[in-house]
Amino acid sequence: MAEVAEQEKIVKAPKEPLFSKKNRKLITDPLTDNNPITIQVLGICSALAITAELKASIVMTISVLFVLGVGNVVISLMRNIIPSKIRIIVQLVVVATLVIIVDLVLKAFAYELSKTLSVFVGLIITNCIIMGRFEAFALANSPWKSFLDGIGNAAGYGAILIIVGFFRELLGSGTLLGFKMLGDPIDKTGLYALGYENNGFMLLSPMALIVVGLIIWVQRSRNLALIEEE
Amino acid sequence: MVKNTDSNAYTVLFAIGMVIVVGSLLAFTASYFNPTISLNKKLEKQQNILFAMGVNEGTLTNDDDDVNNFIPTDKVTSEFAKYITKQLVIEGDKVTEDSLAYLIDLKKEKELAKNPSYTRRLPLFIGEKDGEMFYIVPMRGSGLWDAIWGFMALNKDLETVKGVFFDHKGETPGLGSNIKEPFFMDDFAGEYIFSNNEFKGINVAKGNADPKNEDKTDNEVDAIAGATITGNGVAAMIKKDLALYLPYFNTIKE
Repeated sequence: MAEVAEQEKIVKAPKEPLFSKKNRKLITDPLTDNNPITIQVLGICSALAITAELKASIVMTISVLFVLGVGNVVISLMRNIIPSKIRIIVQLVVVATLVIIVDLVLKAFAYELSKTLSVFVGLIITNCIIMGRFEAFALANSPWKSFLDGIGNAAGYGAILIIVGFFRELLGSGTLLGFKMLGDPIDKTGLYALGYENNGFMLLSPMALIVVGLIIWVQRSRNLALIEEE
Repeated sequence: MVKNTDSNAYTVLFAIGMVIVVGSLLAFTASYFNPTISLNKKLEKQQNILFAMGVNEGTLTNDDDDVNNFIPTDKVTSEFAKYITKQLVIEGDKVTEDSLAYLIDLKKEKELAKNPSYTRRLPLFIGEKDGEMFYIVPMRGSGLWDAIWGFMALNKDLETVKGVFFDHKGETPGLGSNIKEPFFMDDFAGEYIFSNNEFKGINVAKGNADPKNEDKTDNEVDAIAGATITGNGVAAMIKKDLALYLPYFNTIKE
């Protein structure tokens, strides 16, 4: 973590184009070689808890995209006035405030959606990727860079969530977004006619850990540079 | 521009300032949105009650694809008035009619009922659709993480279920949260809550060897994989809250 933070304290360059190579890397890096889940192993808790179905993964991804994008900008704007002794508390307050305001707005104008979201609110506040990015990046970088970094990390987190959710819902319930993909398990149509059964174990959290492990395995065998030296 | 952000005085001042700004911001937002939110909640309750007795968007559009959707919020108040013919409040032996009975807070009533001298107010809704009459009972219990609640519509015989609606505050997405999915709620339709004249409720059973739910007299529906405690919570809620109404049901059955 400390090493990562150091790397990212990029020296301010005057008049950099908005999408310079360095800035683009802020978005693409967390998607691949510096993924918050598979490389930094952050945010695992929520990745296990909510990926039993694809829809929940997608909703969580959108929520984190918003909170991390906006939160990083807010923290970055305040980075020179936040007292370092209470900076963690300030970060927590920013996340919590954002999440509560979003929740209230949704409750007033998109009640149905807010009902789907309600359980995620607590999970967003406790997601350590958010605190991690505030602490490691937004406190030391300009708002625009922080915004890109927030979006990039949230997308990297969401990508893993969606992959895990896809496999867990497909293999665990035989559905995707609630639509039956493999036939009807009760009437024995489609694949089920051939004797296929849903794997109920996929619905339980341990399988999320195993799926994440498999993703890490694939990623590291494709990019050997990611393997730590002994 | 900022001198010393590490000094104690600055830290304390910053903290106080932050609390004031954030506190008033949240208080303002909450009170600004409060009327809209409570209206949403009211309409949702009406939608839920109608849904339990089988009045849904499909009733309006005559389209089978819409039967799992609520009546749209802009029409629900008039539909509620049309289909719910009577709202009763049962207090011990006393039964009164109250057109706002659906707003009775079950959580509060449950708290108050802990005091033995308090007579709990039990709301009961009587609905009518296509000449058939239904009794709709609200219920509230606890799942794995937080509260669960719902409405159960009973047929006129007061022994079989017309339909149910369940909802929850924070059950696990993809597992316990599935109690509000049609595949689970649909299983309750037609189930008996009595067995040989003995009140049984409806059990949410694992491995009941009847996953297609063809046997309606077994007082059982199939459980959701990975949601044992939420399922048990649903069964306990049905048994406990329906039991409160049995004395009244006995008086109208005769």
